[in-house]
Amino acid sequence: MVSLRKVSKSYVRGRQSVAVLHDVDLDIPDGDFVALMGPSGSGKTTLLNLIGGLDSPTAGSVEVAGAHLERLNSGQLAQWRAANVGFIFQFYNLLPMLSARSNVELPLLLTALSAREREQRAMIALSLVGLADRANHRPAELSGGQEQRVAIARAVVSDPRLLVCDEPTGDLDRQTADDILGLLQRLNREHGKTIIMVTHDPKAAQFASRQVHLDKGVLTDAPVV
Amino acid sequence: MTLGTLLLAGLFRRRGRTLLTLASIVAAFALFGLLDAVRIVFNAGADNAGLNRLIVTSRLSLIQPLPLSQLPRIQAIEGVDAVAHANWFGGVYQDRRNFFPNLAVSPAEWLAVHPEIRLTPATREKFLNERTAALAGVDLVDRFNWQTGQKIPLEGTIFPNKAGTNTWTFDLVGAMRGDGDTRSNFDGQLLFRYDYFDEGRLRDHGTVGWYVVRVHDPARSNAIAQQIDALFKNSDAETKTQSEKEFNLAFVKQFGDVGMIVSAIMAAVFFTVLLLTANTLSQAMRERIPELAVLKTLGFSNGTVCGLVLGESVLLLLLGGLGGLVAATLLLPALNGKLGAQLPPLSVTPGSWALGLAIMLGIGLLVGLPPALRAMRLRIVDALADR
Repeated sequence: MVSLRKVSKSYVRGRQSVAVLHDVDLDIPDGDFVALMGPSGSGKTTLLNLIGGLDSPTAGSVEVAGAHLERLNSGQLAQWRAANVGFIFQFYNLLPMLSARSNVELPLLLTALSAREREQRAMIALSLVGLADRANHRPAELSGGQEQRVAIARAVVSDPRLLVCDEPTGDLDRQTADDILGLLQRLNREHGKTIIMVTHDPKAAQFASRQVHLDKGVLTDAPVV
Repeated sequence: MTLGTLLLAGLFRRRGRTLLTLASIVAAFALFGLLDAVRIVFNAGADNAGLNRLIVTSRLSLIQPLPLSQLPRIQAIEGVDAVAHANWFGGVYQDRRNFFPNLAVSPAEWLAVHPEIRLTPATREKFLNERTAALAGVDLVDRFNWQTGQKIPLEGTIFPNKAGTNTWTFDLVGAMRGDGDTRSNFDGQLLFRYDYFDEGRLRDHGTVGWYVVRVHDPARSNAIAQQIDALFKNSDAETKTQSEKEFNLAFVKQFGDVGMIVSAIMAAVFFTVLLLTANTLSQAMRERIPELAVLKTLGFSNGTVCGLVLGESVLLLLLGGLGGLVAATLLLPALNGKLGAQLPPLSVTPGSWALGLAIMLGIGLLVGLPPALRAMRLRIVDALADR
């Protein structure tokens, strides 16, 4: 599913070039659930952004779901993301003026589905996360855990093969976090989704089938103490 | 949900702010509708003027009378079909607020040089044959609920009569209506006969205010105008002959350049709307950067996101602008009632709607383009990281 070869990424901040990733090689097979761990500033989110097609590498090759992302332009990347990746963020990033159902429907606006089909699929996705009865509620009327469930429904509604999650439980209490992680685990085991999850939390990482550690932009074998 | 729903939801994300902006746009376009109606009425006289009519006035001033003795000499010029004459009477009906144009005219000639005046054969017959006859425009008849056969007393403000009073009484013989686009020129006027007026007045007998000359070939208008003025050069009553369009414009410009005044007010109003809307949209855009980044993350293309922001701006202007023009359309009948016949009936014309629509789209695109381009160029990673 994911194959990274000699991937480097650096940013220009003012007059300085800051190297974030150095020659990263990484393979993630289809159906895997990987926890990407490391201290702050280690490059976890940058790596996740490259895999999710939100950013381009400075050097190296990023092959995800059969596409070489470094060769795609911004329009092609947008189409590729819509078809292949679901995104889950720490702060949910729902649109506050839309209902839960409309938020979940958003990715389907880019498909050829009819309005009725879009609505049906949104309701199925909300049922999957246990929130069908909150379909008409706006984000402000939901708890943090419920908002994250809506975000997960939005991520899976177009049935992508890959889910990328950036600290999905970082803003939740332990119990709610465990519920969300259990849901991700179910999506991985029962629906075959490949999941890459950035987390600081070792307990969260235990829900993944394996852990990958980053330190100062380099993959390491063992956790950094 | 559709892209349209998403656009509307974005627009009304901050309902209070959007409604206030919308209200200011409604007010601006309502003002535009009203002012443009005034501008059109003031320009209509010029635009609708017959190309084959010349107006002969005194070279000294519009209010300086001309001797009636000039009439046969003008009539004798080759290429002149008919000559009518008129005097500005300046009469008031009941109250000074009831002002409307009222003229003493040579009846048969006046109707001959103004074929666009519509009236029934019976009314025409009476106007041509009854000395005290008066014709009223349909707007006046409606406004004062006049009936045919009724006596209409006017209080003269310029000409006292031989009875030693300023009160002149006319017999209303029927209503007249302007043809098509000329409605505004005739429907608010009152015409009566020159012979009755000239006999009845105390002074200035045998003089007229101006002549209206119908020429056979409009292409010869300039040459005939020069001929008329040459005829009376160095006489006691030198003339100034101009096309009807030039005359009407000169008449209106006695009050100032209404078109320019109205255009200047509208420009100021729209400039304010431009600044206000641009500020609102740019503020809204700043607040929504993370949301736009999420849309891009989900796979919305740069073009779609740009279109959504631009669409919001254009939709805001269209909603407010159309609301404003509808308000002007509803307000104008009431305003017409208040103005009476001081001005021809004001209305929001198809031309004003088209111009308004063009302004709405123009301002919408102008104020929407900068935030739309910013949204298009937004880098997802930076926006999500709040950089």
